[in-house]
Amino acid sequence: MKPAPFDYYEPKTLPEALNLLAQFGETAKPLAGGQSLVPMMNMRLARPAQLVDLNGLRELKSLKVENGELCIGAMTRQRVLERSAIVAAGWPLLQEATRYVGHVQIRNRGTVGGSLVHAYPSAELPVAMTALEASMVLRNPQGERTVLAGEFFVDAMTTSLKTGELLVEVRVPQVPLRTGWSFQEVSRRHGDFALMGVAGLLTLRSDGTIERARLVFCGATPHRASKVEQQFMGQRPESALFREAANLAAADLEPDSDIHASAEYRKEVAKVLARRVLEQAAARALVAS
Amino acid sequence: MGKRDICITINGREYRGEAEPRKLLVDFIRDDLGLTGTHVGCEHGVCGACTVLLDNEPVRACLMFAVQANGAQLGTVEGLAPSATELHPLQQSFWELHGLQCGFCTPGILLTAEALLKENPDPSEEEIRDWISGNLCRCTGYQNIVAAIQDAAKRMTPIRKPS
Repeated sequence: MKPAPFDYYEPKTLPEALNLLAQFGETAKPLAGGQSLVPMMNMRLARPAQLVDLNGLRELKSLKVENGELCIGAMTRQRVLERSAIVAAGWPLLQEATRYVGHVQIRNRGTVGGSLVHAYPSAELPVAMTALEASMVLRNPQGERTVLAGEFFVDAMTTSLKTGELLVEVRVPQVPLRTGWSFQEVSRRHGDFALMGVAGLLTLRSDGTIERARLVFCGATPHRASKVEQQFMGQRPESALFREAANLAAADLEPDSDIHASAEYRKEVAKVLARRVLEQAAARALVAS
Repeated sequence: MGKRDICITINGREYRGEAEPRKLLVDFIRDDLGLTGTHVGCEHGVCGACTVLLDNEPVRACLMFAVQANGAQLGTVEGLAPSATELHPLQQSFWELHGLQCGFCTPGILLTAEALLKENPDPSEEEIRDWISGNLCRCTGYQNIVAAIQDAAKRMTPIRKPS
């Protein structure tokens, strides 16, 4: 249970990191918080020949608001996001979702970027970022490109990040006024991997009807219940609506069965959580009005 | 890759050594520096036996490489007691309230609890359980651990004289 030997590099700047990754290609892995990669290395499920440590890159650790958008440097620790007053005020869904990530020790080292790039099916941040319609800023030695969260997650533990590319920043658009939010999940014990998790946002018009809804489920990739979202527009935020929406959304899911839970269980729990998430988001939207 | 020089400040004292990049921080602390209070449990980041304080925040030392801690400030369980003859209030409470049996998880839990009480001197039971959820104990069933932390919190609250 000790990792295989590797060469270790500590770049001081982002260009240096990108050059190292370009030099080594497929055999190198970037090291962010290490909370997912190092367990795999300790179990020798991953054996990178080179490790490029990103922890010295200060330029990737910023957390700020620019033109109303929340700009999260990829190396921002999850715990920093969790504790941030700016995030709590403007993007409370993110804060609520982050509190479910692992345990406090994991969040002290784990990074926002690392969680998104690892794209684990039961992870909270990919679901929350999809609900918030965040954009991923990717950098390679040639330049930069931006990918929407909805297109970034391709499959379980697979994103559209290319070899040698680094996620450097996540940009989260401003949340409209009169928007309520909720993130809920079910796990066997507190801090365990989610068996199912749901993120929801509800924006109300001034007359109290629904302007917009966003409902996203954990899955191989974050599953956005787009069809159901469209049916919300103009409707009054009522329990009957939420119940029906939750049923329809959950019916569309195709979760896996594994030793932790069956697909049937996950679908059932998804239905219940979706209803609760919508109810809570609606209640919070009213308070935000 | 050959060994790298490492200099870490642990419990306020500077330690030097060298290690291959792949050497885990917890193994370096134990084997190279002789600080065996920190324990190795699962080696994949779930049990918390390897918990150390990095800049006063609890982290898993089995998920860091020793070379990453070069120049860092660490706290281990050896640094808890104020002197060779006094216990930290947490240690006192754990002793009196039977917050440990075999003691394997205890160093990790003590450090996590210390960090908790620094951030939140009066935690609810739910908050305590939330904080220690990353530390597994096979002996106690956690009840006395929670009670000991609550007890220590009371001990550590400064007594305010009425004005």
